[in-house]
Amino acid sequence: MPKIVLHAPNGALFTVDAQIGASVMETAVKHGVPGIVAECGGALSCATCHIYVAEAYIDLTGRADDFEDEMLDDTVADRKPNSRLSCQIRMTAALDGLEADIAPEQ
Amino acid sequence: MHGSPTASAGTLIVGAGQAGLQLAVSLRAGGYSAPITLAGAETDRPYQRPPLSKSFLAGTIDEDNLALRAPGFYTDNDIDVVAASRIVTLNPDSSGASALTNGGRVIRFERLALTTGSRPRRLTVPGADLFGVCYLRSIDDAGRLRELLNAAHSVVVIGGGFIGLEAAAAARRRGLHVTVVESSGRLLRRVVAPPISEFYRQAHLKRGVRFRMGCGVTAVHGDDDGNVTTVELSDGTRLAADVVIVGIGVEPRIELARQLGLDCARGIIVDDQARTSNPSIVAAGDCTVQPHPRHPETLIGLESVQNAVDQAKVAAATILGVSRPPAVVPWFWSDQSDLKLQIAGLSTGYDEFVVRGDPATESFSVLYYRQSRLIAVDAVNQPHDFMAVKRALALGASIPATVAGDTRSALKVLMGAPDPAERLTVGVRP
Repeated sequence: MPKIVLHAPNGALFTVDAQIGASVMETAVKHGVPGIVAECGGALSCATCHIYVAEAYIDLTGRADDFEDEMLDDTVADRKPNSRLSCQIRMTAALDGLEADIAPEQ
Repeated sequence: MHGSPTASAGTLIVGAGQAGLQLAVSLRAGGYSAPITLAGAETDRPYQRPPLSKSFLAGTIDEDNLALRAPGFYTDNDIDVVAASRIVTLNPDSSGASALTNGGRVIRFERLALTTGSRPRRLTVPGADLFGVCYLRSIDDAGRLRELLNAAHSVVVIGGGFIGLEAAAAARRRGLHVTVVESSGRLLRRVVAPPISEFYRQAHLKRGVRFRMGCGVTAVHGDDDGNVTTVELSDGTRLAADVVIVGIGVEPRIELARQLGLDCARGIIVDDQARTSNPSIVAAGDCTVQPHPRHPETLIGLESVQNAVDQAKVAAATILGVSRPPAVVPWFWSDQSDLKLQIAGLSTGYDEFVVRGDPATESFSVLYYRQSRLIAVDAVNQPHDFMAVKRALALGASIPATVAGDTRSALKVLMGAPDPAERLTVGVRP
């Protein structure tokens, strides 16, 4: 199982096992990682699963598509070049070790 | 860590949906150390319902993707999930309050939370119990419907609300003949302005869905084996159908609340602290009605994930005896085919609306006003407008109706100065 390493806004570090095909958001929420709210459950509707993907992984995850891009324009926490909505990143074997900071506000 | 010398019997949460789970999660997050029992009638542990009429029905996601938490979460957080158990009797008054499940199990509790949700309103015409007549509420319902659609040719959807239209879109995507029967003159009548209703009718028509507007259903007919074959309408016509999807609204589950003598209207009446008429009992989610955040003399029912989650957080704060979290802007979404509708605010009671953009492009929004004050937005494939209005409402800022339709300017640029008096401050304890 690929692993995801998430840095919570309070500094806590969470390493969780992901199923291939599951989204980063889904994996974090199911394991109770705080800071990812994900109210819409992954429907790209709420922009409350905002993360900053570590530079080393941003090429592997890719950047936001158009709709996600527009949602990210208006997130509560600042948008950065490595901002993504974690519901839109599906885990693959290649993403093992994926590291990201959870946005301080959702 | 749980179980102090004066061991509390803890909290019993009746109903293991989105609200019930959130209540349990928020209690633990708030440091609650007494036992938490989360009792649900379904066999599945808490799961997401919204995808059932969307991606799950379309077949793009499966049951595994629906679980709201991993199984280990419940053990790690000492939340006792009692699945497949309906609470039939509650005895809250004595010092040793207890509940009885349909399986005969007795659950003791000190605090009680009702998150019983709602059930689909049943079709009551002759033939409504024929095989092939389906409802959409649970994983079981959706799984069964998905199976039936695999072998279906013609689908009749009764009800042009969100569930009906989402299901119609999913069935149409499978290439089936789909007809939506709506008894009123327009779709989504209860919740959106006429331009949105008309837009959805056109958009679904374009994708091959047929409509029978202003028609009631008088009977469902079947073959000798009890399988549905046709749906008879109030004008006498019969529509061929091997599957009928009924989406004519929901009814809050309030039987237990009534048994307890709690005040109920359409749902269980709660205040802005999620307290029922018995202040030691809280309730949250679809089973409740609550004061409108800006017009508290009016009780409203909000059937949404957002309300279930936020009201459950309020209920948890009440049990914990701490200040409730600040009010948030109500919001909602609906995915139909490739159209994403996002709603922020409550448009009920609007006296004016502004259409922003051209509906023919399938990307536009409608802003709602009451006494010249912005109260809500319906945004179709228009996330910027949704996000901007959601933020404006949270800040107490308006966007003048006179300029809101000007698509050359982003709404967040058109937003006026925040007015502290217009901020959502409901429920903040004095």
